[in-house]
Amino acid sequence: MAHATATAHTGEHAHGHDHEHEHESMKTFGFWLFLITDCILFGTLFATYVVLRGNTSGGPTPAELFEMPGIIAETFILLTSSFTSGLAVLAMNRGRKNQLIGWLAVTALLGAAFIALEMLEFVNMVHEGATIATSAFLSSFFVLVGTHGLHVSLGLIWMIGLMLQLRKRGITPVTKRKVDVICLYWHFLDVVWIFVFTVVYLMGVM
Amino acid sequence: MGQTKAASDHEHKGHGSFTAYVVGFLLSIVLTIIPLVVVLNDMLHRTGTIVLILAAAVLQFAVQLVFFMHLKEGENAKWNIMALILGLIILLTIVAGSIWIMTYNAVAH
Repeated sequence: MAHATATAHTGEHAHGHDHEHEHESMKTFGFWLFLITDCILFGTLFATYVVLRGNTSGGPTPAELFEMPGIIAETFILLTSSFTSGLAVLAMNRGRKNQLIGWLAVTALLGAAFIALEMLEFVNMVHEGATIATSAFLSSFFVLVGTHGLHVSLGLIWMIGLMLQLRKRGITPVTKRKVDVICLYWHFLDVVWIFVFTVVYLMGVM
Repeated sequence: MGQTKAASDHEHKGHGSFTAYVVGFLLSIVLTIIPLVVVLNDMLHRTGTIVLILAAAVLQFAVQLVFFMHLKEGENAKWNIMALILGLIILLTIVAGSIWIMTYNAVAH
């Protein structure tokens, strides 16, 4: 990188932790690249679902199976959690540690509520005889929606760990980068859910 | 396009304001309610509905990127956008290619 001259030609970059800051922002960029590959992973699962969703093999069809009230609740819960994770970043930028942890806790609670509703939905489906082995449509459905749910669950564990670390160490360049990164991850999961909501559920019941 | 914004953002690193988050949140709610209402009330014919709900989802993607994920801000903005475009090209190729070959060439097998 030709950034050796950067400090010389920009006057406002005179603060001492310049090198460290550069390092953290490269890590954030690396995480962005991970999100792009995750995007491709989900794209592949979406392609599989769209191709297979007509193959119900005599089993239940999307229209018979999906119950919209639960799905709508899940959608608005996840949208709200995306917003509250943004409020956490705002609190962090103002240097308010407790407020930051508080908003992260709200986000985690909303995420947990989302996962609980999704598990309830899966359990109900299995009770109605719609399992992953029933048809190609249900296999691709459970893999796509389940992968998203797994991402949210991992995000939850990660967020709880980060909240503990924040309480111990406060807002440092390193914990700041970690909060930025998990919020990126959370917004990304919200984006994926919007497409699950549209392609799987809305198109399934229309 | 992101360059001028990134340059002006350079002096202060505190990206994202409360207003931007609220606007983004409201837009995402509106963009969720519109397709929901249209689908649940059968307001349009099939093709129209599909176009409308996909457009709403893509718009919502853009809202999240700009208002929440700060796509156009920060010093890495240009690289973020380039990586995103590459990812989207691969993604669209996979999705559109799969649908095309599995729908229209199914007869060939």
